[in-house]
Amino acid sequence: MALDINKIREDFPILKRKVNGNDFVYFDNAATSQKPNKVIDSIVDYYKNYNSNIHRGVHTVSQEATDAYEGARTKIQKHFNVKNLHEIIFTSGTTHSINIVANGFKDLLNKNDEIIISGLEHHSNIVPWQMMAETNGAKIKVIPIDKQGELDMEVYDSILNKNTRLVFVNHVSNALGTINPIKEIIEKAHKVKAAVLIDGAQAASHFKADFQELDVDFYTTSAHKLCGPTGVGILYGKEKWLNKMPPYQGGGEMISDVTFDKTTYADLPHKFEAGTPNVSGAIAFGVALDYLNSLGFDNINLYESSLLKYATKKLKTISGLKIYGDNENKTSVISFNVDGIHAYDIGTLLDKFGIAVRTGQHCAQPIMDHFEIPGTVRVSLAFYNTKKEIDKLYNSLKQAISMLS
Amino acid sequence: MKIKEIQDTIVDEFSLFEDWMQKYEYMIDLGKSIELINPINKIDSNLIDGCQSKLWLCAELKNDKIIYTADSEAIITKGMAAILLRVFSNQTPEDILKADLDYIDQIGLKEHLSPTRANGLVSMIKQMKYYALAYSKK
Repeated sequence: MALDINKIREDFPILKRKVNGNDFVYFDNAATSQKPNKVIDSIVDYYKNYNSNIHRGVHTVSQEATDAYEGARTKIQKHFNVKNLHEIIFTSGTTHSINIVANGFKDLLNKNDEIIISGLEHHSNIVPWQMMAETNGAKIKVIPIDKQGELDMEVYDSILNKNTRLVFVNHVSNALGTINPIKEIIEKAHKVKAAVLIDGAQAASHFKADFQELDVDFYTTSAHKLCGPTGVGILYGKEKWLNKMPPYQGGGEMISDVTFDKTTYADLPHKFEAGTPNVSGAIAFGVALDYLNSLGFDNINLYESSLLKYATKKLKTISGLKIYGDNENKTSVISFNVDGIHAYDIGTLLDKFGIAVRTGQHCAQPIMDHFEIPGTVRVSLAFYNTKKEIDKLYNSLKQAISMLS
Repeated sequence: MKIKEIQDTIVDEFSLFEDWMQKYEYMIDLGKSIELINPINKIDSNLIDGCQSKLWLCAELKNDKIIYTADSEAIITKGMAAILLRVFSNQTPEDILKADLDYIDQIGLKEHLSPTRANGLVSMIKQMKYYALAYSKK
């Protein structure tokens, strides 16, 4: 079933606004997605009608809030095909999720152990591990990227060994949109008994990951990339790993018994959910998943691929324009530069035309160093974008280039 | 010319532009015409923080006046820098310290001086004032 894009656009109130006197064209979807009315309304509904602190409340409204919050967890379980409900931890987002795992592995590793990171990582996926390695002396090894912006799997094979304890790779690169062969990465890591953490922040809005089929040990994502609100996300972890890891933060909700001598921790998932969580955010995350599933991820993927193909073909006709990570295996992201023109100048002028793109290093300096460029212009497309908007980008870009040349 | 007079001249010039495009084309031209920083001064210690494109600022005192030079990888940033240099360069440290920046608002380019904008121009102004403060005490 093809998507009715005009009808879908009606669901997103922000798409009607003007920017600098022009129709707003939003091509910064990899940074965050826009929110449909259903998601926005669910947040208002929560605060208007059943705002209450969850769990432990004896009163009706607290129970309603708890049911909605836990209902969202169930939706997430179903969406990602997770075996046990308690393997899903609500967090403030991907960065928080990764820090829980990095902190958890602090005590599990020593100086003979190794962790492997991909060269396509976002800063948030590099720094926590460097901090962890400083405390336990574990070694960090990197899978480099090749000219196409794909991971060099031969190097992966050569650095993976019996000392490898953990491998972390993003499902999709945020700077280039490259889809990594995570199934292969996971299978190989498991042969040497290493755990695998996949950062799904850039993947989850484009396709559905099946955690059991992938046999992944940890997977993280943020709701705001999936039409949900900011400030909420998940850490999925296999029960055996979550039980091994110590809690990340102390506080309410995460304890079962407290005396001044000793505290025993609550069971999963509450062990990792200290304090009052983002209740409305979690509920809205569930609503966002319902919304996306009602459109169908296969339909979304098909449409986004056609947009990507159209935009790539069109942009390539512009002389001096170079696309980075231009390969078959990627999501709807185009990272480019134009000869002799700085990305910042292009971004500034496109903004005057009402077009939102991202410029710079995309929090992925190692990738920019790899290509020896200071940054790129990144156009990231979503299912509510149109070919007409791509035409507008093309025309505005040509005008910007002629002004800057 | 005094700082205020230069500022008024710039405001007059910009009032002739009918739309943002003319304004930006002018800024881009300014960026191309700016007197470049001496290559030996294009060093990391002269880099301005908070910028997506590299932005260098250099200052020296000649006949009790500060001569600023600047350069950037991005042409629009360079144009904005040119507009700042035209006002502040070749002025006394005391006048630079006293000067306000209302003219940026009047020529409709205030958006470039938002502290959250990743172009480093706010840091550049701060750095220019620091130089003025340092030279005024000598």
